[in-house]
Amino acid sequence: MRRALVFWGIVVVALLLLPPLAVKLGQAYYIDLVRRIMILAIAAASLNLILGYGGLVSFGHAAYLGVGAYAVGILGFYGIASGWAHLAAAISASALVAAAIGAVSIRTSGIYFIMITLAFTQMLYYLGISLAEFGGDDGMRLKAKSDFGALVDLQDPVQFYYLALGVMLAFVILIHRIVNSRFGLALRAAKSNEARSRAIGFSPYPVRLAAFVIAGAMGGVAGALYANHTNYITPGLMSWHQSGELMFMVILGGMATSAGPVLGTFALLVLEEILKSWTQYWQVVLGPLLVLSVIFFKRGLAGLFGKPDD
Amino acid sequence: MSWALVFEQSLNGLQYGVMLFLMAAGLTLVFGIMNLVNLAHGSLYMVGAYLAVAATQWTGSYLAGVTLGLLGTLLVGMLVEVVALRTLYERDHLDQVLATFGLILFFNELVAILWGRASLYTTLPSWLQGHIELFSGTRYPLYRLAVIGVGLAVAALLWYLVTRTRLGMLIRAGASNRTMVGALGVNIRLLYTVVFGFGAALAGLAGLMAGPIYSVQPGMGELILIQVFVVIVIGGIGSIRGALVGALIVGVVDTLGRAFLKPLLGYLISPPAAESAGPALASMLIYLLMAVVLALRPAGLFPARG
Repeated sequence: MRRALVFWGIVVVALLLLPPLAVKLGQAYYIDLVRRIMILAIAAASLNLILGYGGLVSFGHAAYLGVGAYAVGILGFYGIASGWAHLAAAISASALVAAAIGAVSIRTSGIYFIMITLAFTQMLYYLGISLAEFGGDDGMRLKAKSDFGALVDLQDPVQFYYLALGVMLAFVILIHRIVNSRFGLALRAAKSNEARSRAIGFSPYPVRLAAFVIAGAMGGVAGALYANHTNYITPGLMSWHQSGELMFMVILGGMATSAGPVLGTFALLVLEEILKSWTQYWQVVLGPLLVLSVIFFKRGLAGLFGKPDD
Repeated sequence: MSWALVFEQSLNGLQYGVMLFLMAAGLTLVFGIMNLVNLAHGSLYMVGAYLAVAATQWTGSYLAGVTLGLLGTLLVGMLVEVVALRTLYERDHLDQVLATFGLILFFNELVAILWGRASLYTTLPSWLQGHIELFSGTRYPLYRLAVIGVGLAVAALLWYLVTRTRLGMLIRAGASNRTMVGALGVNIRLLYTVVFGFGAALAGLAGLMAGPIYSVQPGMGELILIQVFVVIVIGGIGSIRGALVGALIVGVVDTLGRAFLKPLLGYLISPPAAESAGPALASMLIYLLMAVVLALRPAGLFPARG
């Protein structure tokens, strides 16, 4: 517990100090990079809720990233710029999609669940491609960033950075509270032994579905932020490469830990940046590294800092 | 919309279904016997297509190119099994998915390094070009008919191999109880490598036949891989019969949906609305079909026994 607090203290201070340092050193690029990492860490943390704590191996979490981003883009397309409307649309749309996908896929388990979540996300990907009105394959430009009035100005890279940091920390705390609540205990019980959790009197299905919808809605928030970050929304956001990367972020960092998804997202994306600066064929190095990490690095980065917080 | 067109598109669907079957058969065999989820199966499809193109250019003969492509994919498959996948059999599905995802990134980039990112186009030998007249007024490309023929022949061969030969007996025994097969003195490691290489060769065959119809490019195996997942979920994991039926259903539904959904919707709703809704609905059709099958029969149409 103490260790975890020290860890988070260091992370928060470092992230708070980054923008002034980056500006001073004339490296504003890092503000952009770390903002992107933090937004994806939100998505990874939400995936960790169902994958790590719930044992639901969803290979389609990019769907909610995409739905959240398209919700913002489509509202913007029709001239609605209010950030609150964007947020509400992103959350409700991604929760709705998660409820539909979850209702079908949670009835199955194991390899079926993996393939079905992947297939439904791919369906949304092709839906995005065939929406010629909203850019189709090429994607669409975000007309105006979400407008939150005087509260926070997303045009300002530093303010947007601190917003992403705040949302990321808030979600990490929220997920920590969820998994330690009665509901979270039920979710984890269903993961570790489905028959016993039935025997003590609750059905895993509604618990899992609720967790799936919560994770989807959180992914939608990440998507809304991501659309504002890139100013551009493409179906590629829902591709299965994105889903696979999100899974790797959780696994590299350490499943079922609070720090895992954040650490994993930083590790994976910083590694990608380094490899990209070496060679255009960076994936030929990344691929085998990922295979090796799966085979030899079982506990994830958070495992280096102590036991998973259960 | 004439009946000749419907017939032609149905044949196209059959041709696509046959290719889906070649992929699904390998994937479902590997899953049924080794309990391994191999996302990199699509990469083997791509490797088959590239090796065949390269070997055809090198030897100047289509048949030699196809043979070398098949053998090459077989070897690549066995190499991948020995180097990377062997350690994953005892792991859970999550680890298998992640590791084979890493392999996909590797293969896509390797192919891009060797042959570039642009798509390659292949030429068919003259004896496979041209059309054939099926009945009055209906002409169909000879090559696509050949693909259907090869696919159905492979399906028959596979049936014979699995149900009537000693190797097939070992495969079925390995699927139902691998520890017992090992205890009876069968070299189970070798059996796994052979089965994996065999599955890889089937994927390679699908890939090299796809080359002249679709384009040969990095990542070409990914689209078909996910449709193969749909096939396997519909047919039932581990069942070759299910893979055949699922593949033909998905191939025909997908092809007919893309061809006729837009004009059909045009009768129901206004043509401009159909213009945008048609393609969207057509691309979602097989996934909706999968959802319906799952709702009615959660274990697929032909659940594997045991």
